[in-house]
Amino acid sequence: MTAEPLTAHRDPAPAPGAAPAPGPVRAGRPGPAGPTAPAPAAPAGRLRRKVRDNLVAHLFLAAGILCFALFSWYPIVRGLLLSFQQVNFAEPARWVGLDNFRRLFEDPLFLTAWRNTGWFTLLALVFGFAAPFATAVVLNELRGGRSYLRMTVYLPVMLPPVVTMLLWRWFYDPGPGLFNRALDVLHLPAQQWLESQNLSMVSLVLVSTWANMGTTTLVYLAALGGIPGELYEAAELDGASIRQRLWHVTVPQMRFILMITLLLQVIGTMQVFVEPFVLTGGGPNDATVTVLLLLYRYAFVYNDFGLASAMSTVLFVVLGLFAGIYLRLTRTKG
Amino acid sequence: MDGIRTRQALGLSIATALALGLTACGGSGSGGAAADGVVTISVNGMPAATQTVDRKNFEDDVKAFEASHPKIKIDAREGQMDPTTFAAKLAGGQLEDVFYVYFTDPAGLIQRRQAKDISAEIKDFPALADIRPALQDVFRDSGGKIYGVPEGNYSLGLVYNRALFTKAGLDPDKPPTTWEEVRTAAGKITALGDGVTGYADYSKNNQGGWHLTSWIYSMGGDVATQQNGGWKAAFNSDAGRKALQMLHDMRWTDQSMGTRQLLEIPDVQKMMGSDKLGMYMAGPDNIPTIVKQFERKYDDYGLAALPGSATLGGGDGFMFNPKISSEKVRAGLTWLQWKYLNPDREEEITKKSVGGSIPIGLPQPNLWSGASAAKVDAVHKQYANVPVQNFKPFTDRSDSVKVKVEPPNAQQIYTVLDAVMQAVLTEKDADLGQLLSGAEGKVNTILATVK
Repeated sequence: MTAEPLTAHRDPAPAPGAAPAPGPVRAGRPGPAGPTAPAPAAPAGRLRRKVRDNLVAHLFLAAGILCFALFSWYPIVRGLLLSFQQVNFAEPARWVGLDNFRRLFEDPLFLTAWRNTGWFTLLALVFGFAAPFATAVVLNELRGGRSYLRMTVYLPVMLPPVVTMLLWRWFYDPGPGLFNRALDVLHLPAQQWLESQNLSMVSLVLVSTWANMGTTTLVYLAALGGIPGELYEAAELDGASIRQRLWHVTVPQMRFILMITLLLQVIGTMQVFVEPFVLTGGGPNDATVTVLLLLYRYAFVYNDFGLASAMSTVLFVVLGLFAGIYLRLTRTKG
Repeated sequence: MDGIRTRQALGLSIATALALGLTACGGSGSGGAAADGVVTISVNGMPAATQTVDRKNFEDDVKAFEASHPKIKIDAREGQMDPTTFAAKLAGGQLEDVFYVYFTDPAGLIQRRQAKDISAEIKDFPALADIRPALQDVFRDSGGKIYGVPEGNYSLGLVYNRALFTKAGLDPDKPPTTWEEVRTAAGKITALGDGVTGYADYSKNNQGGWHLTSWIYSMGGDVATQQNGGWKAAFNSDAGRKALQMLHDMRWTDQSMGTRQLLEIPDVQKMMGSDKLGMYMAGPDNIPTIVKQFERKYDDYGLAALPGSATLGGGDGFMFNPKISSEKVRAGLTWLQWKYLNPDREEEITKKSVGGSIPIGLPQPNLWSGASAAKVDAVHKQYANVPVQNFKPFTDRSDSVKVKVEPPNAQQIYTVLDAVMQAVLTEKDADLGQLLSGAEGKVNTILATVK
């Protein structure tokens, strides 16, 4: 998962003072049959060679394309179609126009789910986006025990998500749970971590952050390692404080990677499912019903695949729009 | 979150709901008999290989059946009803010809035309006429057509911990018969301390809505009623308020329902299995589960009828793939009647089970009426291997507790009532009237789609 951004930043750093090169993205995929190769041969031979090269390349690609087509593209197209159909899988599908979308918008939980998902995303940005960055900066400053701590931060990622959730369910148990016991020792009032409508979403974000921040921290650490030391030396000579060095050297140098992780984070958190599914089932009183949880109910509890597909189409459009706008904004600023 | 793989993740989310379409191109035909007149039917419900005794019994049954019915071959498969894969199996042609369902399923499957009408074929099986009409009705549509047969049934009562009753100074042979008595007993059991909870109930993944339905039934109310040909929510009533008030008082005034909520079946069974719980609402089938999973004895648990005037009933049975031929339906019914609905084989089956870990003498299932019922009951009495007297509080009152079925579109309604249950159990100052009227509006929207 970490492969793309990591390799991207292993590229040689730009010269001191230069703006971070946008190159790494492109560096990730060097085209094997690029048009840059000079071909001084005769036109006919050139054509034959081009065809042959392309053919070989495409043969290599065939397996991948087949897998993507079968397990990714076809389901996406089929999903789009399904959102305009009513199906029972025993008889031919019936076209129902926008009926599924009408029913979707009429469901009182539809807005609740989007509101809850938005709230989760926002909280996840506050915790999940800041926490790994802060952790990475601190880890990067440490002299000893760095690899040990790096591993500790990453370990939760290696736990299967459901195991993590069940573990945290015990942490959150209002009776003998770890957190309330800890609060008790500190003479603080016990909390209804998952049972309170106000707190339950925050509790889910905490689990999610703990479980997932390892990956992002590693990405940031790699990026931090790529920032040339001379920049800090120069800043120090100019009398910059730690805060100033962080703000004027570290953040601008990591701007590109921060932008990408932010985008991925929002797209990822908008699809939150495992946390509410295992920990709260959407409760209490619908406080943690998220878009994907509702989609799951439509499809697998109510067996209404038209409605579920309509929901996923809406989600697709929303995320697509978000990604488009975000990329546009950041590009013009860059 | 782990959101590095943008597009894959996006695609995956869609695929989760939609990949089912993929399997649509498969599909076994509806084929009837082969040239030699032998009909092969696929059936599920075969116990997993890890349940060695049950599995062997099942395989022996298949052999015996095929020997006595040379024109029918059984292609037995593991698995029961899993709503998350049902549609995919149907779309991919992988659904068994005869498939296992819970009582929750038939209404939806019939409405979506995902099960076969067997009204014509079942007429040729007079032995099935003794099935209790209320249970057969679960597999009927509003026009009276039949789509399947029941195989087991239960109704919700109170499972209780006899040792904790004794410890709390209560008589384990005289469990509560009213909700007031449940409340008092729950208080006394909670007072034992050491993390013991008096009464617990579900409030997650629709199970809270399911149990709240039973609560409302027991208070003399209904969840949905038929009015001028349509359905309307009926729980914003005196019965609904009484049910919520009782739950609220036990949870908040008496603190006898524990602090951890959003519980579901395994959580509560674990509490009961580890002697941390006094009572909970459940059918007789819960006792063997607890005994097996937590290595307990049947003597440890008692079963009482649900207080009040009515309770919610459920069960399981079999339905038929909508794509199969009439010939296969007949073969399937022959198998089901021989294997599961066969009072004449009851003694043979019971004798075989009694040595194993299968309980004989639980008050349910009780599928039969008439002569078949007499025959089956006599066998169970003779071979009982569980303390039947512990279930007397259940059987004694069972005639005065009406067993009612689930409302239409049960799962959607349960989702709404689940939230109500959660609010009562997690919010001290919840406005009960407002909860009911809010839920009423939502359920009426759901019921408007029922034909």
